[in-house]
Amino acid sequence: MDALALLAHGFSVALTPANLMWCLLGCTLGTMIGVLPGIGPALTIALLLPITFQVPPEASFILFAGIYYGAMYGGSTTSILLNTPGESATVVTALEGNRMARSGRAGAALATSAIGSFIAGTIGTLGVAFVAPYVVAVALRVDAAGYFALMVLCFVMVSAVLGSSATRGLTSLALGLMIGMVGIDVQTGQPRFTFGEVALLDGIDVLIVAVGLFAVGETLHMAARRYAGRDEVLPLSGSLYMTRAEWRRSWKPWLRGTAIGFPIGAMPAGGAEIPTFLSYATERRLSRHPEEFGTTGAIEGVAGPEAANNASAAGVMVPLLTLGLPTSATAAILLSAFQSYGLNPGPLLMQTEPDLVWGLIASLLIANVALVFLNLPMIGLWVRLLRVPAPLLYGGILVFATVGTYGISRSPLDLVLLYAMGVIGLLMRRFDFPTAPVIIGAILGPIAEVQFRRALMISNGDWTVFVTSGASALFLMLALVAFVAPTLIGMWRRRKVAGTSRDG
Amino acid sequence: MLNRRHFLMRTTALATLAALPVAAQSAPAVDIFIPANPGGGWDQTGRLMEKVLLSEGLISGATVTNVGGAGGTVGLPQFAGQFSGNGNALMLGGMVMVGAIIANNSPVSLADVTPIARLTGESLALVVPAASPFQTVADFVAALKADAGAVPVAGGSAGGSDHILLGLIGKTVGVPATSMNYIPYAGGGEALAALLGNQVAAGISGYGEFADQVAAGTLRLLATSAGERQEGIDGPTLRESGVDVELFNWRACFGPPNLTPEAKAGLVAMVEAMATSDAWAQECAARNWTRILMTGDEFEAFIAEDIARITDILRDLGLAT
Repeated sequence: MDALALLAHGFSVALTPANLMWCLLGCTLGTMIGVLPGIGPALTIALLLPITFQVPPEASFILFAGIYYGAMYGGSTTSILLNTPGESATVVTALEGNRMARSGRAGAALATSAIGSFIAGTIGTLGVAFVAPYVVAVALRVDAAGYFALMVLCFVMVSAVLGSSATRGLTSLALGLMIGMVGIDVQTGQPRFTFGEVALLDGIDVLIVAVGLFAVGETLHMAARRYAGRDEVLPLSGSLYMTRAEWRRSWKPWLRGTAIGFPIGAMPAGGAEIPTFLSYATERRLSRHPEEFGTTGAIEGVAGPEAANNASAAGVMVPLLTLGLPTSATAAILLSAFQSYGLNPGPLLMQTEPDLVWGLIASLLIANVALVFLNLPMIGLWVRLLRVPAPLLYGGILVFATVGTYGISRSPLDLVLLYAMGVIGLLMRRFDFPTAPVIIGAILGPIAEVQFRRALMISNGDWTVFVTSGASALFLMLALVAFVAPTLIGMWRRRKVAGTSRDG
Repeated sequence: MLNRRHFLMRTTALATLAALPVAAQSAPAVDIFIPANPGGGWDQTGRLMEKVLLSEGLISGATVTNVGGAGGTVGLPQFAGQFSGNGNALMLGGMVMVGAIIANNSPVSLADVTPIARLTGESLALVVPAASPFQTVADFVAALKADAGAVPVAGGSAGGSDHILLGLIGKTVGVPATSMNYIPYAGGGEALAALLGNQVAAGISGYGEFADQVAAGTLRLLATSAGERQEGIDGPTLRESGVDVELFNWRACFGPPNLTPEAKAGLVAMVEAMATSDAWAQECAARNWTRILMTGDEFEAFIAEDIARITDILRDLGLAT
C-alpha cells in the first residue's frame, strides 16, 4: 500500500507534458542507438549526462529511462531483419527471429518481441517497485561458486543449440571458448593469445564475433553462390502482426522469459546475455514445434529471449536503487546522474530521495508504454526493408556491419577481425557447423572461468564450495535435472508406448 | 552511424552552448578516457572532471569512454594508440596503474603518455561486512596470522594499490605475502557486492567507494591507510591500530603521447584552471578526496620517483621480477 502511494506520487512527478516529450525523445533516441551495433545505452547516456545541468532531475531521468529501455527494444529489430545484433543481449534473438523473417513472418517476430519486451519490462519494473529489497537480499547471496554453477547450467541447457552432430557442435563451442580467452586474464593480469598485439589485450568484442559470423558470414555465403535467388527472403505472408496461434504460442514464453530475466538481472554479475541463452534453451526444450527451431523460425525462440533481456534490464535497477550498487555500465552512469544532482547513492537512497527513485520507476513504466506504441506501427515500415532485392540488401548489411563495428572502438583491427569471422562463418556454413555455439562459448567461457577461479581462491582451494554454497548447489541441481530429465522422460514415454501396445 | 554519433555529440555541445554562450565559443570538446569500468574511483574522478570543466566553461562538451580491466593496462594502450598527438584528450590514471603496468609487464607504460596533473589523493580503507567477527584491525591481523589463506580479501586489480596495501600490512605484521589470499575484481561495484553478500572476509578500496555503505552500517570500517585521522572519516588509521603502514592512492590525468609543447601546455592550463576552481574544491570535499594538485614537470619527476618506489614494493611482494 505504502509502495502504491509512492508509485502514484512517482507518476505525478513524471507525468507532465514536458516530461512526456522527454520520454518520447528518449525512446526514439534509445531505439535508434539500439538498432546500431557499436553504440549502446551506456555511451549515449554518458554523452547526454551534461544535460543534467540544464533540466530538472525528473526530466533527465525520464529521458534516460527512455534511452535505456529503448535500446533494448531497438537491438532486436536488426537482429530479426538483418541478422545483425545491435546489442550483445539480442544476439539470441537473431537465431530464430531472422529465420522467421526469411520465411515471411518478420512482422510477427517484431511484434512478439515488442509486446514481449513491454510485458517483461512492465512486470520487471513493478518488481523493482514492490519486491526489490527482498530480491536484492537473495541476489547478493549468489557467490562466485553460484555464478560458476549458473554457467554450468547454461552450458548444459544450451547443448540443444549444438545441432544434430555433437562433434560439430562441440567444435564450434571450443572455437568460441578460445575466442573468449583472448586478452588480459583478470586474475593475474597476464595477456593470453594476444600474439603481442596491443589491441588484443582487451579481448575480442563478442558483438564483432556475432556480427561477423551471422551477418558477414551469411553475406559471403550468398555471394559465393552463383544464383542468390535460391535462398531468397520470402515476402511477407499472412497477417502483418501476430496470428491467433502466434499469440497463443507467445504468452507463456513471455512470462517464462520474465521469470528468468528479472532475478538474473538483479544479480550483481548476472548480465543480460545469460538469461537470454537460458530462456532460448528453455523454450526450445518446451516447444511443441521443435522442428521449426533453426529452420523456419519458432516464435517461442524470439518471445522468450526478448522478454528475458528486458526483464533483466529492469532487474539491474534492483541493486542500483536499493543498495546504490551499479552492476552494469548503464547503471553506473545513471548513478553518476544521481550524483550530479547532489544525491548520495547508497543503501538509504530509497528512503532519503523517494521523489527521484519513484519518479525514475514511474518513468521506466511510462517509457515502456511509449515504446510499444512507438514500435508496433514501425513494424509495417521495417518489414518493407525486406522487399529490397537480395543483392542490395546484403550489400547494405555489409556496409552497416562494417561501419557499426568500426564505431565500437574505432580500431582497424576490429575490422580485420570482423571479416576474419565472416570468412570463418562462411566456411562453417559450407561445412555445416552451427555458428550459435561460438557466440555462447565466447560469452559464457570467460565468465565461467573467472568465477570458477575466484570461487576456489575464496574457498582457499576447497572444492566442496561448489556443493556447500546454497546458490551453487541449487544451480547444479537444476543442471543435473536439465541433463537427465529428457532421457528419463524419453524412457518413460517409450515404456508407456510399449505398455499401451501390449494392452492393445 | 558516425553521423548519428556526431549528432549526439552536437546535441550535447548545443545543450552546453545554450547555457554558456560566451565562454563556450572558444572552448574545445574533449575526450575523457577512463581506463576502468564505470563506478570506480577513476570513473568518479573522470566524470567529476567533466562536470567541473563544463560548469567552468573550460570545455564545450566531453565524450567519456570507459575501457576497464587489469588496473588500466587494457585501456592505456588503447588511449596511447587512438589519441596519439590529440591535444584534446585526457586519460585518468593513478597509482594503481603504475603498479599494474609493472605487475602485468604492460607493453605500454606511463612513460609513453604525457603527464598533465596529479589531482587528488585518497586514503584506502580496510572494511568488513557488518556481520563479520572482526571488530578491530587487531582481530583481522590475528586471523591473518592464524591462517592467511582463510581470509579472502577483495579489492581492485592484481598489483593495484589495494593489493599493495594488503601486502604491506602482511609484511609489517610478519605474514608472508605469498600466503595472503587476495581476490581481484574489475571495478568497484563487483567487489562491493561480494562484501555486502558476505562472500569475502574483508575488502580494501578507496574510502570514498565504501563511505555510503559505512554510513548506512552495512559495512564496518576497521582502519584507513592515511598518515593521520582525516576530517569526516570516523575510524582509526592503521598506524593508530598498531600496524605501521601508510599509503595514499593518488589520481591524476595524462595526455596522449606525441603532444606538441603548446598542446601539452594547453592541457596543463585547462586542468589547472579546473583544479583550482571553487566548484572542484566543493565537489572533492563532498567526496572526502584530498586535493594534492601537482602539474607539469614537477609531476613528471614525481611519477618517475613513484614508479621506482612501487617497483620495490611489488618486488618485495613477489609480484614483480
